[in-house]
Amino acid sequence: MMRFSTLVRQPAAWMLPEGPHADIVISTRIRLARNLADRPFPGWAKKEERIASLNDLQPGVEGLADMADGFSADLTKLDPLQKQVLVERHLISREQAAKGPGSAAVINRAQNLSIMINEEDHLRMQAILPGFDLGRAYQMLDAVDTRLEATLPFAYHNEFGYLTACPTNLGTGLRASAMMHLPGLVLSEQINQVIHSANRIGLAVRGIYGEGTEALAHLFQVSNQNTLGEPEPEIISRLEKVIRQIIQREHDARQKLLQTNPTKVRDHLGRAYGVLRHAHTIETKEALNFLSMLRLGQDLALLNPGNRLLIDHLLVEIQPAHLQLAAKRKLSPEDRDTLRAELLRLHLRHLPEPESTPPTPPGETES
Amino acid sequence: MLCDVCQTKEANVFFTQIVSGQVQKVNLCEECSKQKGVTDPTGFALAELLLGMGTTEEKPETKGPTGTTCPACGFSQSEFKRIGRLGCPRCYDTFKSEVETVLGNLHKGTRHTGKVPAHAADAARGNRLESLRHQLAKAVHEEKFEEAVRLRDEINSLSALPAPAAPSPPPPAAPDQTAPRP
Repeated sequence: MMRFSTLVRQPAAWMLPEGPHADIVISTRIRLARNLADRPFPGWAKKEERIASLNDLQPGVEGLADMADGFSADLTKLDPLQKQVLVERHLISREQAAKGPGSAAVINRAQNLSIMINEEDHLRMQAILPGFDLGRAYQMLDAVDTRLEATLPFAYHNEFGYLTACPTNLGTGLRASAMMHLPGLVLSEQINQVIHSANRIGLAVRGIYGEGTEALAHLFQVSNQNTLGEPEPEIISRLEKVIRQIIQREHDARQKLLQTNPTKVRDHLGRAYGVLRHAHTIETKEALNFLSMLRLGQDLALLNPGNRLLIDHLLVEIQPAHLQLAAKRKLSPEDRDTLRAELLRLHLRHLPEPESTPPTPPGETES
Repeated sequence: MLCDVCQTKEANVFFTQIVSGQVQKVNLCEECSKQKGVTDPTGFALAELLLGMGTTEEKPETKGPTGTTCPACGFSQSEFKRIGRLGCPRCYDTFKSEVETVLGNLHKGTRHTGKVPAHAADAARGNRLESLRHQLAKAVHEEKFEEAVRLRDEINSLSALPAPAAPSPPPPAAPDQTAPRP
């Protein structure tokens, strides 16, 4: 099995600037919840029962062909910093990081498949891919699920489908989601409207870091809420349809901003560039928001192309646990802010200045 | 105006919350507001939290039975009301009616229509076959031959075994019975 240090040296698959619509959809994720038929759910189980479930599940999960040369650890064997790094990479949940004996995480080598044992359910399996690729993520995870159920007796009810600890996940146990970068909709103040209309049709839109319009780095997660009463492909295609509309609206909002208020856009970008290139101390929040502006500048061709990989990496690398891990020593929050600024100055030192003259739209030369 | 919490300092943080038309106002001094985390936009039931006003909802029903407990895991009905989760897979049968009342609000439907694990699919097919055979016997007994034919065909296709030696077009028992009387 792979060591933790090997895992963190490689970026997670979703951090690569690949996949359909990678400019706006950073990653897509499918999650399935499954439980053993004859064991209490983890939240109600006693410690010995949790360990018994783990012993039932872990060999099968580690033995999956997909997990060859992967990473596997009991949560008790990881220190808080390592757990936090996995959270920042979206490979385990915050809830899982807080679990004690009886919980484990198994992650494949490419870091696009991760299986949590004894989170809220006995198994929380997720496939996470770069870009907008829900269909492929589902295929991948569905195959894993089918392989596991050949040997594991999953709890299934003729009426309710797959049984889960919480009725909110009942039926398919499926949560499909996309992490979207929506600075255009935020700057043009349309984001709340988008959130409301998504909510009305049973989808949730949340800030990845922070809540509502406060969402840091303009990153939002769009996901289904209903899991029962619809087959998996329908849940996914309903979500896909909405994501496609949001992509379109984000594109429109960006073009409109550029046309109606190019100065505002350039000002945001210029300030972001200035601070990130020259700050000597910077908090996570500020860094995330400015990196988001660089990302936007790049997508609007106001900034040299070919830097999205770097920007997307930095969005993860500047987070507290990743910084701390790289520093190899205990850091105070002040140390972290200094180190974060150093890291940003170092990586962005060759980034050319944003274009300073607005390109004249064709056919609109001043008379 | 004095702070509602410490009652000593001047209030300068004013917090208003409207929950289903009910307005609650809380006035705090800066220190108390920090202490209570009022700057945190995520805490929504703040007014209740701050002043411990036990308000509206969240009163467990006084009537209703007894607290059933799940025979498999000992989880109780009141526990389900409190945390909204269940204790084990068997709880879904133990507390079926309680679960069903919640499901309507949560989901598109109350019946699973998605993936079926192989073991359950086999079991479901076995049950269905058994019920079809039963219906077939009944149909033959009641001389409902058209229905018998339909049932036989369904059994054949479901059992996915090669059809019985008898040629399929004429229904098995029908010919004699429906033959015109001499």
